[in-house]
Amino acid sequence: MRLARHLPLTSLAAAIAFAGQAQAETELTVATVNNNDMVIMQSLTDVFEAAHPDITLDWVVLEENVLRQRMTTDIATGGGQFDVMTIGTYEVPIWAERGWLSPLDNLPDAYNEDDLLASVRDGLSHDDTLHALPFYAESSMMYYRTDLFEEAGIEMTEQPTWQEVRQWAGELHGMEDGLAGICLRGKPGWGENMAFVSTLVNTFGGRWFDEDWNPELNSEEWTNAVQFYVDLLNDYGPPGASSNGFNENLALFSRGNCGMWVDATSAAGKLYDGDESDVADSLGFAPAPIAETPKGSHWLWSWALAIPASSDNQEAAREFITWATSQDYVELVGETEGWTSVPPGTRQSTYADERYIEAAPFADFVLKAIQDADPTDSTLEPNPYIGVQFVGIPEFQSIGTQVGQTIASALTGDATVEEALDTAQRATERAMQRAGYLD
Amino acid sequence: MTSLRSTNSKKLLLTVFGWSVALVIFFPILWMVLTGFKTETAAIADPSFIFSPTLESYQAVQARSGYLRFALNSVAVAFGSTLLALLIAIPSAYSMAFLPTKRTKGTLLWMLSTKMLPPVGVLVPIYLIFRDVGLLDTRTGLIIIYTLMNLPIVVWMLYTFFKDMPKDILEAGRMDGATTFQEVFFLLLPLTLPGIASTGLLSVILSWNEAFWSLNLTSSKAAPLTAYIASFSSPEGLFWAKLSAASTMAIAPILIFGWMTQKQMVRGLTFGAVK
Repeated sequence: MRLARHLPLTSLAAAIAFAGQAQAETELTVATVNNNDMVIMQSLTDVFEAAHPDITLDWVVLEENVLRQRMTTDIATGGGQFDVMTIGTYEVPIWAERGWLSPLDNLPDAYNEDDLLASVRDGLSHDDTLHALPFYAESSMMYYRTDLFEEAGIEMTEQPTWQEVRQWAGELHGMEDGLAGICLRGKPGWGENMAFVSTLVNTFGGRWFDEDWNPELNSEEWTNAVQFYVDLLNDYGPPGASSNGFNENLALFSRGNCGMWVDATSAAGKLYDGDESDVADSLGFAPAPIAETPKGSHWLWSWALAIPASSDNQEAAREFITWATSQDYVELVGETEGWTSVPPGTRQSTYADERYIEAAPFADFVLKAIQDADPTDSTLEPNPYIGVQFVGIPEFQSIGTQVGQTIASALTGDATVEEALDTAQRATERAMQRAGYLD
Repeated sequence: MTSLRSTNSKKLLLTVFGWSVALVIFFPILWMVLTGFKTETAAIADPSFIFSPTLESYQAVQARSGYLRFALNSVAVAFGSTLLALLIAIPSAYSMAFLPTKRTKGTLLWMLSTKMLPPVGVLVPIYLIFRDVGLLDTRTGLIIIYTLMNLPIVVWMLYTFFKDMPKDILEAGRMDGATTFQEVFFLLLPLTLPGIASTGLLSVILSWNEAFWSLNLTSSKAAPLTAYIASFSSPEGLFWAKLSAASTMAIAPILIFGWMTQKQMVRGLTFGAVK
């Protein structure tokens, strides 16, 4: 009797609870790096949430290396803390092979998968299936001061060589007070100096490993390339070059302290912006210089959005990453933030858009550099790995950073180039033996 | 007269020296505060004290992520873990100081040895335990880990403070019929309060500044101010003014707290130094 009296009330409570559950929002935790493009994506959260009222976004923004360590711990232990992860072309194939990432097949027609640049799509695929969607992509190229080139009577060639660059650096060095002929990365780290040094070694005809995974770090090609790099920076580089990474060089170049700079194409937008750069009016672009071979002379990197297999919100996460990497998103950023701010390097349609071409005169260089970069064929002699400025094996993070430190020691004069490369060779051999690649 | 003059010039020299050392130590913090009021372009320009101050970095930082949420997490975690550590450490330091056994010294050393292990060595086991018991990204999880992290130091400090206390006072209390509980609460704690306060303050500061565990065990809900600062650091992109603004906001509460309690801190740290 009592139960019967309470029955309607109980049913009502159950109904409310059920309704509440049906309308419950899915909370997506998105882990991302701190750079301009990602900050813009975060600022457009409201637009996404308005279009998807059942999904809310929770951001975890961290510095690149901290984020990489944080995500690796979580994904390797199946922690399930993140629904969307921002990872690069280095991680995607390795993580996909271990089954840590959800494959992204059967993407909706509206996403227009064929519009993605082929080299970027290949870099983010495993077994011909995409495992992450490209948010933006970059290659490397050369920036130079057109005013100084004119004053010195130097004419930039269509495809500069490193020998030419060395000569120009000598002519430009000291032309103005505090002007360095050339700025290059010197700060040790696999994603810092080694990204640049690897491309230099590639174009000098060297490679990290032969086809049987034997390291070749003290080969003639490596020695020539690293000696060239050390001499160039010591003779015509800025003071304290061994502590300069991307940011420091960007600051130096945008203040007018470098005659030339070879680095990421993603710097173009910032250097071309008069509010952020003193050299916006005298900014020239050229392809990354070459030496013995054009192969691997410029890198390929993409920050991409992936869904860890451990996430409980697969559908909602897919909704979000297809939105953030879509043509509509590019349009949205172009209209709200300006066309130089759109994420570059991912879609052909971006480079066919008149508004972008007009706003970003460097667009062609970037597109060509990205299209030309082939991570599967990046060295003169064949190699067993995928990657231009890195080697796509899990051990490379520690190997690359260790080699980066020895090369920085050659740059500061603490060791000769031969000593540094011998040390690097021994350390790499040991690491490869421990990892089981060598007997 | 001459000796007075030489004493005075010695004093002046010492004062100038003292101020110079203080300025050198304080300079990075001052520079950070100043950079927070610059534009990004001014932040990377040649270092200068003369610039037109702007609040744009503070506005940008605030617009990007809610400071208050991170700050509240920091307060809860730093004070929560300190309270818990004191609750555990006071009885243990009491027993070690007043009822030592022949293994007390060894136990104390063993406790301290846990501080010698690099935290990353136990990251994966702790991450797995936290995942299985549902403590990832929770304040409770951070409070537990910070308590464990600071416990050896807290026990050691309290142990030395308790050791310095004359045993006769406790014995007198016991003769008057005080129980162990009364002995600790009405005699030991009031008499060693400066020491306990400075231990607590040190524990708060250590927890506030801890970055390894807070970055690795939290994601969004329980992330404290160290994670907030980390979100403004970047190897690709110039965010120095914003990073400085965020860092200033992150250290401001603990700096003010330290400034307000510096008397107790100094008193506690020099407690029993001159006997």
